[in-house]
Amino acid sequence: MTGPALEDAQRLLGQLPPPAAAWCSGLRKRYRRQTAVADVSFTVDRGEVVGLLGPNGAGKTTVIKMLLGLVRPDAGDVLLLGRRARDPRARARVGYLPELFRYQPWLTAAEVLALHVRLAGIAVPERERRECLATVGLVDRAGDRVGGFSKGMQQRLGLAVALVARPELVVLDEPTSALDPIGRADVRDLLLSLKERGVAVLLNSHLIGEVERVCDRVVILDKGRVATSGTLAELLGRRELRLRLDGMTAAAEARLAAAGPVTRGGDSFTVALPADPDTTTVPDLVADLVGLGVRVHAVEPGRISLEERLLDILRTGTSEEHK
Amino acid sequence: MTARTVVTVAALTLREAARRRVLRSLAALTIALLALSAWGFARLDSEFGGLTSGEAKLAAATVLNLVMFGLSLIAALGTAFLAGPTVAGEAESGTALAVLARPIRRSAVLLGKWLGLVIFGGGYVALAGLAQFVIVRVTVGYWPPRPATGLALLAAQATVLLTLGLLLSTVISPMASGVVAVGLFGATWIAGVVGTVGEALDNDSVARIGTVSRMLLPTDGLWRGAMNSFQDPTVLAQAGPGFQGHPFLSQAGLTTAYLGWAALWIALVLALAGAAFQRRDL
Repeated sequence: MTGPALEDAQRLLGQLPPPAAAWCSGLRKRYRRQTAVADVSFTVDRGEVVGLLGPNGAGKTTVIKMLLGLVRPDAGDVLLLGRRARDPRARARVGYLPELFRYQPWLTAAEVLALHVRLAGIAVPERERRECLATVGLVDRAGDRVGGFSKGMQQRLGLAVALVARPELVVLDEPTSALDPIGRADVRDLLLSLKERGVAVLLNSHLIGEVERVCDRVVILDKGRVATSGTLAELLGRRELRLRLDGMTAAAEARLAAAGPVTRGGDSFTVALPADPDTTTVPDLVADLVGLGVRVHAVEPGRISLEERLLDILRTGTSEEHK
Repeated sequence: MTARTVVTVAALTLREAARRRVLRSLAALTIALLALSAWGFARLDSEFGGLTSGEAKLAAATVLNLVMFGLSLIAALGTAFLAGPTVAGEAESGTALAVLARPIRRSAVLLGKWLGLVIFGGGYVALAGLAQFVIVRVTVGYWPPRPATGLALLAAQATVLLTLGLLLSTVISPMASGVVAVGLFGATWIAGVVGTVGEALDNDSVARIGTVSRMLLPTDGLWRGAMNSFQDPTVLAQAGPGFQGHPFLSQAGLTTAYLGWAALWIALVLALAGAAFQRRDL
């Protein structure tokens, strides 16, 4: 390729959107006779927080380890930040907190971070490393040996290790398993701040509430396969509004029907709202009903929780694919 | 990139050895052995003051070799038991997960650990060996003819054993890898003694036991070369044929071919360990 043509090609490449933070296709893994992962494909886009859900033994940790090159897949491809995962450089901007977190007990917390920065091959100044320890609440223990840390403190250190080398993708495998409620809230804040900074996160967690609050999308694994995946809105479907009303008139019923399909049982009305209703939909409806002389006893927004949906999917084995 | 990983991991391995109890127990064992040998050599001099200079040299060389064997045993055991946990233990505990998820090659991590252990084993052999030479010099006035060569061969012996320990630890549990490495080390030493007895008796098939075992695991061969460097060349002539097959006197130095084989053996086993570690699921 000649000089100008090469430049053109480079410019074209530069205009392409950056490759996904993580992409895997057709991942399979067998341990002797046991199939751990049968066929898993999904994508984590840049800046996106994706939750990996599923029952014990669904293959979540094995999938994560295959993404990071810790387990060799029997088949399938993995790209991390646009590079093939076989190339160690693919992990240069990836932070990882393993499910089984343990750090060199003979090092201090600050030394563990210094080690990981050196292994990551980037220069992170001392001040930034201390800030990272402060984020996980360990700055006072920076000079203490890890051997004396409690499980929860080691998990906090693990979070700092995952975050210290300025990652563009963070993979967290059960990041709150050893944390107290305050620690869990800290992790949630941390995830939200990563989201704000545009860092992509792949989160494996059993705490569905946590996933529901922070994740843009979820991938549900069951028996080594993707049972379903999609955005929360897609997975949870439509919202509903339950009302108890009396003094209904024809005009009021027409107003209700305008908000969405209505089902009635005595003085109870259930209105199915669109998946992503306007924030003014419910207050406007209530104000209009009151204006039409309807007496409003109760207004209860209903939503299928992720937990209900997850249990439903796992029990019925639904495999409808949302993309 | 790879070179930096190797150096970082080597430094980490040295720091681990320095901060864990291994170093303290090793130091305690060594000091005990050195103190015992100082006392022994002092007694040798006072009890057998009437020995001729040749007899004194023979006694000093034999006892020095015996004590150096003790030191080499400590070095070999120490490094083999450090090498075991370093791969298998870290994989079992989960320490390896966070480290190997970094943008580094597993082979570079293994090479770094190997380098750290070699420096540790070599440093130990050099320090403890020199201390022992000084003790012998002060007590009975004996100084080995080729101390540096001898210590280098002892360090090579420790390297052979720790490389084997690394290979074993990539496939079996940490404790088992240490035990197997040390067991093989002991078995090779005994096979080596049996072989020299065979040589002394001109029994080719018995002598072959030693030769074959020294090829399979070069620890005993290197140890015999080290002994040869510690003993005065006149000692063997002095000792006469009755001392042939003596486990703490060596009849001949090492050939270049054997040293080449030992180096190749280390490279092969290390490459094998690298391949096994690369394939391992964590």
